[in-house]
Amino acid sequence: MNVILIAVITLGVIGLVSSLVLYFISHKFAVHEDPRIAQVSDVLPQANCGGCGYPGCSGFAAACVKAADAGSLEGKLCPVGGQPVMEQVAGILGMAAVASAPKVAVVRCNGTCENRPRNAEFNGAHSCRVQQMTGMGETACGYGCLGCGDCVKKCQFGALSMDVTTGLPVVDEDKCTACGACSKACPRGIIEIRLKGPKGRRVVVLCNNKDKGAVANKACKASCIGCGKCVKTCDKFEAITLENNLAYIDAEKCKMCRKCEEACPKGAIHAFNFPPRKPKAEESTIQSTQTPMQNAEPSKAE
Amino acid sequence: MKTFHIGGVHPAENKLSAGSPIREAALPKQAVFSMFQHIGAPAKPVVQKGDVVKVGTLLAEAGGFVSAPIYSSVSGKVNKIDAVLDASGTRRMAVIVDVEGDEWEESIDRSKDIVRLSDRPELDSKTIVEKIKNAGIVGLGGATFPCHVKLTPPPGSKADCVIINAVECEPYLTADHRLMLEHPEEILVGVDLIMKAVNVTKGYVGIENNKPDAIKLMTEKAKQYPNIEIVSLKVKYPQGGEKQLIDAVIGRQVPAPPAIPINVGAVVQNVGTAFAIYEAVMKNKPLVDRIITVTGKSVKNPSNLLARLGTPFQLLIDECGGLPEDTGKIIGGGPMMGKALLSLEVPMTKGSSGLLLMNEKEARRSEPQPCIRCAKCVGACPMGLEPFLLSKVSAMEEWEIAEKNDIVSCIECGSCQFTCPSNRPLLDMIRVGKTTVMGIIRSRTSKS
Repeated sequence: MNVILIAVITLGVIGLVSSLVLYFISHKFAVHEDPRIAQVSDVLPQANCGGCGYPGCSGFAAACVKAADAGSLEGKLCPVGGQPVMEQVAGILGMAAVASAPKVAVVRCNGTCENRPRNAEFNGAHSCRVQQMTGMGETACGYGCLGCGDCVKKCQFGALSMDVTTGLPVVDEDKCTACGACSKACPRGIIEIRLKGPKGRRVVVLCNNKDKGAVANKACKASCIGCGKCVKTCDKFEAITLENNLAYIDAEKCKMCRKCEEACPKGAIHAFNFPPRKPKAEESTIQSTQTPMQNAEPSKAE
Repeated sequence: MKTFHIGGVHPAENKLSAGSPIREAALPKQAVFSMFQHIGAPAKPVVQKGDVVKVGTLLAEAGGFVSAPIYSSVSGKVNKIDAVLDASGTRRMAVIVDVEGDEWEESIDRSKDIVRLSDRPELDSKTIVEKIKNAGIVGLGGATFPCHVKLTPPPGSKADCVIINAVECEPYLTADHRLMLEHPEEILVGVDLIMKAVNVTKGYVGIENNKPDAIKLMTEKAKQYPNIEIVSLKVKYPQGGEKQLIDAVIGRQVPAPPAIPINVGAVVQNVGTAFAIYEAVMKNKPLVDRIITVTGKSVKNPSNLLARLGTPFQLLIDECGGLPEDTGKIIGGGPMMGKALLSLEVPMTKGSSGLLLMNEKEARRSEPQPCIRCAKCVGACPMGLEPFLLSKVSAMEEWEIAEKNDIVSCIECGSCQFTCPSNRPLLDMIRVGKTTVMGIIRSRTSKS
C-alpha cells in the first residue's frame, strides 16, 4: 500500500513539474502567426504545385497576407484556383481582388510524325532531358518536341497526355490550371503559359524553330521559316514580332482577325477554338491534316 | 603490375586495326572547321567569305584564355561561315573552305628530320607554352582541353612530374598505339618539351600491357632520355582517365573537384598531344591533322588514318572500304565514351580519336530491367561513387542529395552502365544530374 502511494505521489509531482515547465516554455517560445494566414490557406486548393511562385500553398498564403498589409494583392495569383479563389482570399483580407485573365499551357510544336520525319533513333533512357543532352534528338529539328513526355509526368492535374498518332503532348484545357510545371519540365521550352483568350480563342505560332528558313523548312513541314509574311499582315496591330527566324504573336495585342493564319505559307500559325470558317475560306487554309490538338472538336461542340 | 586502385572494368579489347600502319587520307573537296573544337570559349573567325587560305593559315583566333585558335588544314577559298551540324549533335558555327590544291604556309617545316631539344637550346619554358598556345593544340585524347592552360599552373601550385597518357584504354581504338610504333622519337622529344615547359625533371609514359611492341620500342628509345620512364600498366578501363592514370603511375589520389591533377603535382598529357607539341614547337606546324582510327567488326579495312581536320566522316569511311550494310550506329570516339553521330557529313575535329561503326545487333540497347541491388556498379565505379543512387536521385530531381553524394566527381566513363546486369541507363541519368548540379554550384558561387 505504501509503495503504491509513493509511486502515485512521485509520478504526480513529476507530472506537475513537467506541465509547469511546458506551460512556461510554450509561452516563452510561442510563435505568433497571423491567424489570417491559416484562413487564407484553408481556401487555397492545397495542390502545392508551386505555380504561384511560392513554396506551396501556405507560402503563398503568407505572401498574400504580407502583400495585403502592404496595400495591394497585385501580382498574386493562384493559377490553380484562378479568379474565384483569389476573390475569396481578397474577401478574407478585406481587399479588392485584382482582375486576372485565365491562362493555359500551349504546346508550341506541331512536328507530328507526318510533318517531321525521324532521321535517327534514340534508345537511351526514356526522358526528354536525357535525349536533349544527345543533341538534336530523333529529327532534324533541334527545337521541337522530343516526345518522351517529361511534361506529362510533371502535370499534377492530369491535363496532359501524349497523343500516340502525332507523338505530341495534348493539353486538356478544362483541366489545365496553368501552374507552369510542364513549361519548366520541357528542356526545349516549347510549352508556353499563355492567355486563354475570350471563349478560349487564341492565335498561336505553333513552332519554336530558330534555325534559318531553309534548314527549318527541311526539318519539318509545319515549321516557321521566318519569312515575315505574318508580320506584314499584322502591321495595323503590331502584335507579331520576328526574332531569330521565329514569329511570335503577342497575346495581349492580338485582335484575333486570323489574317496571319491565312498568310502563313507553312501553316505554322493556328487558331484555337474558333468556329469553323465559311467553306470558301476553308479552301485557302493549309491542308487540314496539320490541324493540331483539340482545335476542331470544341469548336464543333460550340 | 601497376594499375589504379578503385573499380574499373575490362571490356573486350577488339583492337582490330592494331596491325594496320598509319596512312594519309585523301583530301576532302570541302573542309568544315567547327568553332567548337575544344572545351571553353568558341574560337572567333578572322577570315571572310572569299578569302584564300593555305594549310596552316589562321581561320579563327582563341575566344578567351580557355580556348584555342583554329588553322586551316587545306588550301583553297573560304566558301561561307555558317551553322552546321557537328559531332555534338547540334548546329553550330563553322568556317567552310572549298579545297583547291594542297599549298602549305612557308613557315611550316615539312621535313622528316628529328629535331631534339639539345639542338634548340634557346627554347625556354615561356616560349614553348606560347608556341603551343599559338598552334591551337588541345588535349587530343578526346577531352579537347586547351593544352596551354594545363601547362600554366595556377599560382601557388607546382608540378613535379609529367605523365603521358599512352594507355588507350578505349576498346577498338589504336591511333595512339600506331603513333608510338611509328613516331617514338618525336613523342619522346614532345615529352621533353612538356617537361621543359612546366620545369620538371621527371616524365612518365604510361602504356597498358596489351601493347607489348609499343612498350618495348618506347623503352628502347627512351634509353637516351634518362628522365623519362616508360611504365607498363595492367589492362583496365578507364585507366586513361586523368585521375586514374595518376593513381596508377605515381600512386597519388586527386581529391574531389574542384581539385585538379596539378594539386598533387602532376601534369597529364595525351601521347598524341605530345606528338602535336613536337610538331608545333620544332616544326612550326599548327594542329591541322591528327590520327584517327576507323574501325568496326563489319568494316572491310579497319585503318588508322592521318586525316586533315575538317574532313567529313563519310570520306574516312570510304577510305576504309565504305559503309557496311549492317551498320546500326556510328560513333565518334570509342565505344565507351564516344557519341553517336547523326550524319556522316559531320566533320572531323581536334577531338576525333576514332570512328566506330557498330552493326545493328551491337548498337541496340537491351530493355532496362528493375535494379536488383547487386551493387556491381558501385564496385565498378573508378571514382568510388554509388551510380545506382546517383541515377535514382537524378531521375527524382533530388539535386541536394546528388550533390552530397559527389555527383560532380563522376568522370562519365560508363563503367557502371557497362557492368549493370539489368541494363539500366545509369550514366544517362547521372549525366543529367551532373550537368544540373554543376549549374547550381556555378550560380551559387557567382552569387556569393
